[in-house]
Amino acid sequence: MIRLSASDVAIVQNRYPLVFKGQRLRRFAPLLTLIAIGLYLAYVWSFFGMSEVLARAKWDIAGAYLADWISYESRPDIDLYDNYLEVGFPKFDALGLDPQPDWLSKQTASVTKTTIAAAPKVTSGGATQNSGFLGTLAGTENAAATPPADAATGFMGSGSSVATVPAVPETAQTSTVTEEAVTRVVVRQGGSVLTVTPHLVTVEKDGLTYEFDVGADKGVVPRQRLPDWITQKAANEKVYIWLGFDGRIEIKPASVGVRYRFLGWENFLFDVNSPFWGKPLDQVVALILSDERIQPGMSNLRLAFDNIWNNAEWQHGDVWIKLLQTIVMAFMGTLLASLVAFPLSFIAARNITPNRFVNWTLKRFFDFTRSVDMLIWALFFTRAFGPGPLAGISAIFFTDTGTFGKLFSEALENVDDKQREGVRSVGANPVLVQRYGIIPQVLPVFISQTLYFWESNTRSATIIGAMGAGGIGLKLWESMRTNSDWENVFYMVILILIVVFVFDNVSGFLRSRLIGGAMRTG
Amino acid sequence: MLDSQHSASKADIVEANFQKLARSRRLYTWFALVALAIAVSWSAWFANDSNAGKFLDRLPYLFDFFIDLAPRDVMEPPRALFDVESPYFDGSFKYDYPEGRVYLIGDFYLPEYFYKMIETLNIAAVSTIFGYALGFVLSFLAAANMNSNRWLRFGVRRFLEILRAFPEIVIAGFFLVVFSLGAIPAMLAVAIHTVGALGKMFYEVVENADLKPDEGLRAVGANWVERVWFGMVPQVMPNFVSYGLLRFEINVRASTIIGAVGGGGIGESLRLSITRGHEAKTIAIIFLLFVTIIVVDQLSAYLRRKLVGEQAFLMERAA
Repeated sequence: MIRLSASDVAIVQNRYPLVFKGQRLRRFAPLLTLIAIGLYLAYVWSFFGMSEVLARAKWDIAGAYLADWISYESRPDIDLYDNYLEVGFPKFDALGLDPQPDWLSKQTASVTKTTIAAAPKVTSGGATQNSGFLGTLAGTENAAATPPADAATGFMGSGSSVATVPAVPETAQTSTVTEEAVTRVVVRQGGSVLTVTPHLVTVEKDGLTYEFDVGADKGVVPRQRLPDWITQKAANEKVYIWLGFDGRIEIKPASVGVRYRFLGWENFLFDVNSPFWGKPLDQVVALILSDERIQPGMSNLRLAFDNIWNNAEWQHGDVWIKLLQTIVMAFMGTLLASLVAFPLSFIAARNITPNRFVNWTLKRFFDFTRSVDMLIWALFFTRAFGPGPLAGISAIFFTDTGTFGKLFSEALENVDDKQREGVRSVGANPVLVQRYGIIPQVLPVFISQTLYFWESNTRSATIIGAMGAGGIGLKLWESMRTNSDWENVFYMVILILIVVFVFDNVSGFLRSRLIGGAMRTG
Repeated sequence: MLDSQHSASKADIVEANFQKLARSRRLYTWFALVALAIAVSWSAWFANDSNAGKFLDRLPYLFDFFIDLAPRDVMEPPRALFDVESPYFDGSFKYDYPEGRVYLIGDFYLPEYFYKMIETLNIAAVSTIFGYALGFVLSFLAAANMNSNRWLRFGVRRFLEILRAFPEIVIAGFFLVVFSLGAIPAMLAVAIHTVGALGKMFYEVVENADLKPDEGLRAVGANWVERVWFGMVPQVMPNFVSYGLLRFEINVRASTIIGAVGGGGIGESLRLSITRGHEAKTIAIIFLLFVTIIVVDQLSAYLRRKLVGEQAFLMERAA
């Protein structure tokens, strides 16, 4: 930019002295404001003890919850026994009952299980012997190549026999069973490979291998120095292996917990109890179109819809009904408020009802209902009507009657008086004067303001819902409080965003049609 | 010149067309009214049907809330407000007003609810400041006359819309997990919404600004920052500050509500005292909240009138 030199400035200053008069304070005003704001922020920083709060912030949890918005976590636990493993999925896992995911491969062999009725203490002799036994097992790679029973006995013989383990005393309480059991589990998470055998857990990532000796007696003992993505708070305690987005692994002395994370909303359409669950899209379509009824008395299409609507995990039906409640709250609350405020504003406007006392009283009434916050109205009406849209409608109605009353009466006090004079001069009665002299001027503005508030109340209705007025807000709050359903939260957020955008555009379109582009507000 | 007969027939055509237009207009109006009536009656039915208590059944209990609120004597709410000992003190939390005192210097204390109110006002002010600062920067990128890159403009505008529409309660709930209970989640939730809301209002102001100073600056070769700073900021600043004050007003209410769902401040105190059935405390808080909101509203209205003048002030209210 071309700048004036000091002498040029002096010339201009001499020529127009008045322009430069009193400039000093104004020149420093922004700087002073910034300093004041800085000081204020420093005060607030200490007021809320921000540094302490920030130091205590749990960012790792934040990351996990954010990942939860767009992904699903499957949580198998691998329980470690003396010479075999048990893989268990939680009861309500998204992969269904007894899932066989391809990222988790099991290897079975026939082993002799020992159950000790009284003392569950594992004999240390068995543990050392077993590592040798595992050593031979490592030769066979995947679950598909499970050796037949006779082969199994073969390598059991080679790795000093497991059957000898129960030979250690206490025979009175122990019982032995020989059967097929899992002896080795391989879990592939992203780039890492986890191998679990009863006494040794191995993690391979980026070409590096970390081994952990595990056992109820010795805890978890790493054989190598741990990198920073593997943490162990104290020696022999449980070990966390952080694999970033792919999940994490917890190694405990008696079990290995796998948190396998994958993108997508599992079971979004059909839950695991649905006959359509787990089928590819073309099969689902074919099934819906086929005449053979899965459930008698109900067409397949109906059944599919019913299964989606009542999906146990995503609760589509409930979410949509609650969303509708929120929309209805905003719609009815705003509409009723504008209908009540409309006649009242005529009485409150000085130029239309020339009674100072009535004007003043009504305006203070508007101020009152407006200033008693929507929060308080919501609490009050939730108490009166119980949670649900009625409480929300009433809260919005009372708050916005005040707001609309104020806005409308201010608009009325600013109308052009010429049109009224014109209508009055031809002998119209007072009602007709308002009808033809004022309403055509203010109605578009009123409707426009109502539409604007309708749109913003859709947002408010969400939040007062969480206060107990029901609707999607309460549902959101409940899902968040359980701290595990963040994908459901995200689903509802997306629905709310869509609703707000649609309303935003509809009301924007209607408003611009009503009052022309020039006065488009909001 | 037209002869009289000719003009009469023309007048008939005009009249006929006018009647036709009026008829179709009336038809549309009726159509809209009927549609609205159906929507309203269905909504009313739905609201009543899905509510926990039915409207007519619950109507007699409407004022239960107030009956429950009746304190033991008239002086109880002021005592609760100023943390003075209550004669009914029986060791329970309900009548233990001095418990919440915040001692500043020696025996001089700030009553609990005043302290909480200051907390809420601070939450509102800080979130307004942050929202203002970010909205300020983003608004120039979102305005068509300051940013000719369509894609960037589109991106910034959608971003602002998402910030504006994203439910505050989710942001608060999420940050509650990170920071645990306290003011910061509420602050972030309100601030994020404020960025979106102010950003949108700001860019509309910028788009309506006079472009002559900008042209002048471009003529002398000013860069983008200089154009914004010398050409735009001086003329949009009064409107920006006015919108900022309006937002502060709204944010005081918003941070009270967010407080009630776990963000601390007076909102939380209110919810707790209502759920625990502490009448005197509830009345004290409602009174304090009411007075504060009126004071903040009047103060900001006064400042805004001075900043932007009566006419623009009314226009802003609508926005």
